Amino acid sequence: MQKKKLLKKIASYGVEKLFLLSACVAVLALLVIGVYILVSGLPGMFKIGVGQFLFGEKWSPSEGYYGILTMIIASLAATIGAAVIGVGIGVPTAVFLADIAPKWAVRILRPAVELLAGIPSVVYGYFGLVVLVPFISNTFGGAGNSLLAIIIILGIMILPTIINLSELAIRAVPRSFVEGSLGLGASRMQTFLRVSLPSAKSGITASIILGVGRAIGETMAVILVAGNTPQIPGSILDSVRTLTINIAFEMSYASGIHREALFATGVVLFAIIMILNFTLQAVLNRKAGTRKRRRAGVKPR
Amino acid sequence: MNRKFGRLKDTLGFVQIGLSALVTIGILGLILYYILLKGIPNISWGFLTTGFDSEYHGIADILLTTIFIIGITLVIAVPIGVFAAIYLSEYAKQGRIVRIIRFSIESLAGIPSIIYGLFGYIFFVLLLGLKFSLLSGGFTLSILVLPTIIRSTEEALKTVPKSYKEASLALGASRLYTLFKITLPSALSGIMSSVILSVGRIVGESAAVFMTAGMVYRLPGSIMDSGRTLAVHMFASANEGFSFDETWATAAVLVILVAIINLAARLLTRILSKKFSMGKG
Repeated sequence: MQKKKLLKKIASYGVEKLFLLSACVAVLALLVIGVYILVSGLPGMFKIGVGQFLFGEKWSPSEGYYGILTMIIASLAATIGAAVIGVGIGVPTAVFLADIAPKWAVRILRPAVELLAGIPSVVYGYFGLVVLVPFISNTFGGAGNSLLAIIIILGIMILPTIINLSELAIRAVPRSFVEGSLGLGASRMQTFLRVSLPSAKSGITASIILGVGRAIGETMAVILVAGNTPQIPGSILDSVRTLTINIAFEMSYASGIHREALFATGVVLFAIIMILNFTLQAVLNRKAGTRKRRRAGVKPR
Repeated sequence: MNRKFGRLKDTLGFVQIGLSALVTIGILGLILYYILLKGIPNISWGFLTTGFDSEYHGIADILLTTIFIIGITLVIAVPIGVFAAIYLSEYAKQGRIVRIIRFSIESLAGIPSIIYGLFGYIFFVLLLGLKFSLLSGGFTLSILVLPTIIRSTEEALKTVPKSYKEASLALGASRLYTLFKITLPSALSGIMSSVILSVGRIVGESAAVFMTAGMVYRLPGSIMDSGRTLAVHMFASANEGFSFDETWATAAVLVILVAIINLAARLLTRILSKKFSMGKG
């Protein structure tokens, strides 16, 4: 009898530790990913020269030039453009879903957003390649493979992220805030702009950071519409190459220092993503803090 | 005067909101229009059931490869993910370790697939010498879907009412017994939903797959062989310039599959939440 009890205790202890261990796999995975991206990327970066690598404008492996400035600029430009589109369409749509939309409209719009979120990036890329690129070429001239095409495709792709999270944030604004504002005679639009949106600010910020992370890391959709020329874009109709494209595009035939330069490109991308991650968590933590204060009856900042 | 201006501003605001909602619907409509109109008519029985050698660029082998890679990924990721979720929702107390675990999960969720692909290439393909293979792909993907599984399983476990567990514990059942006989069965449809969601991610994934499992267009002989999944095939056929018809057909199959998978996951989640909202009434 005693023995059985002991055995049970041991089993229960072991299982609990097994659960803990599984949870720690996530930590381990993140560490291993970080370490191996750095370990295989940094040597190449130092061999080329950090300044030479980050601020060099010329990328020509056959001649021994490995500068990724053009790609950093392209990635940033594409992401900022996409964020402008994503926020410009996404946040109003979220306001619509959260506050204004009649039930039937929600019933159409919400599944539509879900569907958009589910479409794989290659499909967006192909859509961009056969529909958007010719359209740009016909309307504005040029080849159509351009920064503009990337911006539009990425803007569409981050829409669901921005809409869903912003809607949640707007819905979380206490009813009393909105009613108070309306009761004081403010119009609905004034209430949105002065009360709902500022209260939902951190949630909306979080949605934008998540969207930006998605945009800057997107590869397969971008590779099909970018044109892939490593140059600093003079206009949004120029062909560009992003950091992600650089990694995916040349890996299959790269070797030696060329391959190390591609790994080093990964380091830059990884660093950008981790900075975004930290920012996101900080924003979310602050939001949780505000909510706690609000619940405790303390005036929100 | 001022009031009139304010009203105008109000109207403009509503117009912008309405237009944005319309644009969102419009974009989806346009994409679906192309996929349905150009894709579905080109899906034929032969296209779905033959491989590369026939008159079509058939996708039978590719569908099978996709299923293999899903299988490998789930075998690794589901136990780890579900156990991790159980730890976080049933055992963990607030503290440093849990904070670190949660931060890691959120960070993993934010890492783009190309970085997973690069890591998989460096670690599994080169360092461990697994080459471009289904196994390399499966390992890489199982890290990629881990946050999805953990988060949604945790959500599912949280919907199980506390009273269920307390009743079981009060009757003298052990914590472990309660977990396996009460909590997990109650949350089963939610856990299934999390697994299905991750299948959806695997099916739609391309960057992380082609850098680890390669792009060979035939049925892999073993898990150490290279093969291409449906999404990778879609990329390859866009890149290698297969006919538009075939590529749209592949796109249609891909989108329909993912849509069905996501729908199934949502239905299962709804079943779970309904079960307990009825019990409460």
